[in-house]
Amino acid sequence: MSAPTVPPRSAPVTRVGHAAADFDDRMTIAAPLRRTLNKVFPEHWSFLLGEIALYSFVVLLLTGTYLTFFFDATMQEVVYEGSYAPLRGVEMSAAYASSLDISFDVRGGLLMRQIHHWAALLFVASIFVHMMRIFFTGAFRKPREANWTIGVLLLVLATLEGFTGYTLPDDLLSGTGLRIASAIILSVPVIGTWAHFAVFDGAYPGEEIIGRFYIAHVLLIPGILLLLIAVHLLLLIKQKHTQFAGPGKTENNVVGHRFYPVFMANGGSLFMVVFAVCAALGGLIQTNPIWLYGPYNPAQVSSGSQPDWYVGFLDGSTRLFPAWDISIFGYQIPAIFWPTAVLPGILVTLLLLYPMIERRLTKDNAHHNLLQRPRDVPVRTSLGMMMIIFYMVLWISGGNDLIADKFNISLNAMTWIGRIGLVVLPPIVYVATYRLCLGLQRHDRQVLEHGIETGIIRRLPSGEFIEVHQPLGPVDEHGHGLLQYGGAPVPKKMNSLGGAGRRLRGFFSPIEEPAAIKAAPAEREERELTGSGRPSDGGRPSDGGRPADPRP
Amino acid sequence: MSIDHRAGAHGERSVGNTAGSSDLAPTREQLAAMSHAELDMLGARLDDTEVVVLSNPPPPGSIAEKRAERQVALCFGLATLFAFAFVIVFWGAGWFLPDWEYEVGGSAFGTLFTPLLGLTMGSALAFLGIGIVLWAKKLMPHEVATQGRHGGASDPVDAQTAGGTIMAGFARTGLARHNIVRRSLLGAAGALGLLAIVPLGGLIKDPNRGRELVETAWDEGIRLLRDDGTPIRPSDMQPGSLETVFPAVEGGNRQADAATMLIRLRREQVEAVEAPPGQEDFGWEDYLAFSKICTHAGCPVSLYEQETGRILCPCHQSQFDVTRGASPAFGPAARALPQLPIAVDEEGFFVARSDYPEPVGPSFWNREKVEEG
Repeated sequence: MSAPTVPPRSAPVTRVGHAAADFDDRMTIAAPLRRTLNKVFPEHWSFLLGEIALYSFVVLLLTGTYLTFFFDATMQEVVYEGSYAPLRGVEMSAAYASSLDISFDVRGGLLMRQIHHWAALLFVASIFVHMMRIFFTGAFRKPREANWTIGVLLLVLATLEGFTGYTLPDDLLSGTGLRIASAIILSVPVIGTWAHFAVFDGAYPGEEIIGRFYIAHVLLIPGILLLLIAVHLLLLIKQKHTQFAGPGKTENNVVGHRFYPVFMANGGSLFMVVFAVCAALGGLIQTNPIWLYGPYNPAQVSSGSQPDWYVGFLDGSTRLFPAWDISIFGYQIPAIFWPTAVLPGILVTLLLLYPMIERRLTKDNAHHNLLQRPRDVPVRTSLGMMMIIFYMVLWISGGNDLIADKFNISLNAMTWIGRIGLVVLPPIVYVATYRLCLGLQRHDRQVLEHGIETGIIRRLPSGEFIEVHQPLGPVDEHGHGLLQYGGAPVPKKMNSLGGAGRRLRGFFSPIEEPAAIKAAPAEREERELTGSGRPSDGGRPSDGGRPADPRP
Repeated sequence: MSIDHRAGAHGERSVGNTAGSSDLAPTREQLAAMSHAELDMLGARLDDTEVVVLSNPPPPGSIAEKRAERQVALCFGLATLFAFAFVIVFWGAGWFLPDWEYEVGGSAFGTLFTPLLGLTMGSALAFLGIGIVLWAKKLMPHEVATQGRHGGASDPVDAQTAGGTIMAGFARTGLARHNIVRRSLLGAAGALGLLAIVPLGGLIKDPNRGRELVETAWDEGIRLLRDDGTPIRPSDMQPGSLETVFPAVEGGNRQADAATMLIRLRREQVEAVEAPPGQEDFGWEDYLAFSKICTHAGCPVSLYEQETGRILCPCHQSQFDVTRGASPAFGPAARALPQLPIAVDEEGFFVARSDYPEPVGPSFWNREKVEEG
């Protein structure tokens, strides 16, 4: 590319320009840089959910690194001498003591600890919601199955990361959670005790577990998370983002903003807002007040103990599962094995395999870059809702003691409500969702065929009253709309067609003349609103083929 | 695969993807004459992107633009202000502001320090974020760019040549022919894989060696102590009460499996007791002692309702009936809490008569086997 004569404008004139030219001279980066900046990203609010997960992960890395400067991940017994008076002189593990120090003796430490905890809750929550968006819109379909799989792995790892982190302070609440985790590992048939001794270095609790969880929490799992997130994003860039159907949007293009500058600005601002929410929550709303729980003691527990929200469904399944210890030839499979190891195993496997299962069942092997509206895929939508209600029953049952207490319901009744609900509700929700989807589909078609209800009642010469319908596009000789459903939202209100014009701009006072927007409706084609859309008012030929209303 | 070849193929391909790419190759003079905006549009087209709609921000000098400018600047200004406020609260505490350390019943500032930090930090970040949103929304031109997608299988030439390169390269290694090299290589890879995994064996410990899972510190003659280390006489407890007791050994009150509940029954309960077979004499008069570690998930069962004689585990709501050998009455637990045989020694304090007759805590695969062995 070196030309003997360089025209004046191509030559860099500014200092930055010179630096850029020098850099490019060495790296040959102009073309890939331009391609990156010109990359088009489609826009929809729901496409930001994954970004929220990404940004809360960044917040976690930043605050987590800060916490490692002060945390002591050992279970050595120490006597607390810090500044929180109620626990002074109490024997506790060094891990708990250093967590107290972070909370009370490190300037800004409590803020960092709480931001870290809130960001962790947000991280898992945003992954969940992001995954629901992907699921219900069919974004996991070919060619994006691999990214779905990575996403499910990210969810599992995020949960593990959350649980290990929650355990580190070694307080009474997290210790109780660890005790249950120990029982779950112990319950695995054949290898349970071996696995437990490998993880805990002996019987519960041993002296290693906090140190091991620590290295898993700060290096092992975050390392894998980082790697998978990188692959997740690279695949997203390589395969390009999906988009919703709409005008100009096809399977073979991406419609939206270019990466630079608008998309970049929006992403940056979302990061700021996510960080702001975490910071505000971390400073203003207390979470996990470990000093109130006290150090872990295997003989103590507080009532109403609750894990972090994303573990709640396992707590619920454990509470609901009947007391079915299985004994074969003197060997036992404890009841706790099924709801805590088998059930999440099945759920995760189903999630991992779902794109493949759906592809197999629908025999749909085509590439899909346009998203689906949930109503257009009633079976998948209903399956998803079934899964959500199943999860919700488990999750609510995880706090059934609190519900029983606050609403004065028998605890045993709550357990039975959960057990019955878990079996009965999912099919009901499936059927209800399915009917709802079909109803919405039909309404879309109805509006396309007969037009939007205007709310205008007109009396016909025959004395009959009809509601006037506004067709959405050209109509046939019977007054039926010719537009086909294309997978995009169908306007259902006159205002979505600009029926009421648009509002004046300005928050406190108008910043434009009313005349400016009055001019706009005139551009639209005026059409007399007549048809009722009903067969009696010019219906289908099969209904007798009465002539349609004369139309201009 | 040479670098030159790749670079050439890549360049060719990106041009090939672009519709009418021949029109897009400007001469050097044309390039020099183009403005930044024109270059931007040319670059977009080179990247197979068409910028379809370019709605402009409010015209320069208009009221709308002034308003937007003011809003954005206000947000950025507030962000700056709050960021400084954060610094002032953070470093001013204990300097010209009161001490930040929280003390029970201490100064209000100690209580407000963390909330103030969160408020200032959150506000600074939020205003910066909102400012950028407003800036992008109100002052930047809005475009609808359409970019082509080129997914799907690779170009047959690329696919075939890539496959050919791999296969020809493999042939050149001769692995297909030199059986002895291939087999010994596979053997070495396997052995080295094993070598890489084997050190993990350091984690493995035989759970069946030693009696960690089976035995507790309880034994014949070991006193039942409260958490504070004091022994208990039969006259110390009211009927219907429960006391958590630990074995009188070093660190007994910190052991995960030793915690025991000493329960004194009410008179009417004593008559209703249905001890499980073999455990009829485990109690002492109206006293019974059960393991505190839940047989379900190992939480300490802590909530004793003396009216019904039930013990509730707060973790998963298993309930155990004290009068029936602490057998499970509701919830997910499947086994009774193990009972500790107790007696009173010559000094009048409670002692254990032996260890628990079975392993305490959650079930596991060979629980019954280790019990025998």
